[in-house]
Amino acid sequence: METLITGLTIFVLAIYVGVEIIVKVPPTLHTPLMSGSNAISGITAVGAVISAGSGQSDVATWLGFGALILATTNVVGGFVVTHRMLGMFKKKH
Amino acid sequence: MRENLINLTYLFASLLFILGLKGLGHPRSAVKGNLLGAFGMFIAIAATLVDRRVLSFELIAFGLAIGSVLGTVMAIKVQMTAMPQLVALFNGLGGVASTFVAGAALYEAQQPSTQQQLLQAIGAGGGPELHFLVATVAAGIVGTVTFTGSVVAFAKLQEIFDWPGFTGVQVLNGLLVAASLGLGVWITVEPSALNVFWMLTLVAGTLGFFLVVPIGGADMPVVIALLNSYSGIAAAASGFVLQNNVLIISGALVGASGIILTQNMCKAMNRSLANVMFAKLGPKAGGSSADEVYGGRVKSTTAEEVAMILESASRVVIVPGYGLAVSQAQHAVRDLTQILEDRGVLVEFAIHPVAGRMPGHMNVLLAEAEIDYDKMKEMDEINPTFGQVDVALVIGANDVVNPLARTDPKSPIAGMPILDVDHARTVIIMKRSLSPGFAGIPNPLFAADNTLMFYGDGKKALLDLNAALKAL
Repeated sequence: METLITGLTIFVLAIYVGVEIIVKVPPTLHTPLMSGSNAISGITAVGAVISAGSGQSDVATWLGFGALILATTNVVGGFVVTHRMLGMFKKKH
Repeated sequence: MRENLINLTYLFASLLFILGLKGLGHPRSAVKGNLLGAFGMFIAIAATLVDRRVLSFELIAFGLAIGSVLGTVMAIKVQMTAMPQLVALFNGLGGVASTFVAGAALYEAQQPSTQQQLLQAIGAGGGPELHFLVATVAAGIVGTVTFTGSVVAFAKLQEIFDWPGFTGVQVLNGLLVAASLGLGVWITVEPSALNVFWMLTLVAGTLGFFLVVPIGGADMPVVIALLNSYSGIAAAASGFVLQNNVLIISGALVGASGIILTQNMCKAMNRSLANVMFAKLGPKAGGSSADEVYGGRVKSTTAEEVAMILESASRVVIVPGYGLAVSQAQHAVRDLTQILEDRGVLVEFAIHPVAGRMPGHMNVLLAEAEIDYDKMKEMDEINPTFGQVDVALVIGANDVVNPLARTDPKSPIAGMPILDVDHARTVIIMKRSLSPGFAGIPNPLFAADNTLMFYGDGKKALLDLNAALKAL
């Protein structure tokens, strides 16, 4: 029960922080914001590493392996494409 | 000790994610912000490798390598016009990964040789604790809905699939929601029935499919933003399953971001989320017909005439719509801007929030064509100034400049915030024909006294216009 309450506390506070930061992002950058935050949601790769590496059960290992490939694609692709897009936003002098 | 070190690294990674998102608040700091986020992800994954549960590294290295190559190739190959598809696809991958992680945890919880950290998740009665199971069910449902919903969104945006569903699809969706909740309860009561988890993902997957099937065209930005939020919520749910704070924090950040963008998009169309998801937009009975609105009052023009009007203007505002992206005319627009600026004309871009197929899409397309981000103006910023605009040049946009939104409370777009281009001295509409936009209604702007219709395909018409301007 205690871990649940801690988790919920963190969850609610993080949502609040997220809202405060995101409302300040100008519409011009909303697409990079989506692809960048999307890359962050690939954090599930952390869970996949644990499942794939723990060798507890065969099914869990292979599920973890699958999750790891998918989440890593999400993470790497998301950050790279965001970087590519942001490189286009320039100001001429 | 090792656990503490890992958790402190996770805390640092979470901080980097927050700072990274904050960096996206301005084009100047955005590149650095994104790199901070990527660095945060790197150290979070690196810290996980020293977790004492991780015993075999070959499989992990292999998985990381495959994913990195796939992700990089997709990110480098993608066209900017296809960005909504790619983001949809990545959302889906993240979602289904969360489902797998939750499923794996459910399998591990059945193992008799449960290790220390899993003991925390095990109640006095020997079975997994209720909140562990609830989180597993949540990750299973949300993750799979995100996955199939994103695949449908991808297929629709890629135009390989455009089945609008059937009448009563919402009834089916209601049943599917009930069925997945029922299966979820079953799992919490009988956690050893592992097959039920896969039945749950099957039902939730079908739900995701049929939720997105009826949605199309101009409503896509809302769906993409919503799925973005779901992928975050799924990650947070798997964080509750694994009791892992960095997953909870990152998932919450992404969930919040997606929800805000979803709300923005809905506000920009003056529709509720429920209306976008469950209702069909279309002309209602009693609206004026195209003949009544246009009848003999539409004036058409030529490239030469438009060139002369633009040449004598001092302030021009270009309103790009999705039609511009479809005809790949961004670079022609950039050339037009250049020609006009060389002649001392002030050129700006007025961008409606739903101009592209995802939030901010139009800005990326213009940025790709090397148009200065300072020239891209938001609706609220530019609307009060249209009275001082000599020429508003509308390229491939329709509903977002339809004054009926302000004047006709019965119109399907009533109350939708629009760009007030009709207040400009002259309005030039570049469009293939008088055909209606997504809302399916005629646009009285096209027949207004100060409006000229410049018919043609976006790119070709712009090239003609540029040639005519150079010839002046």
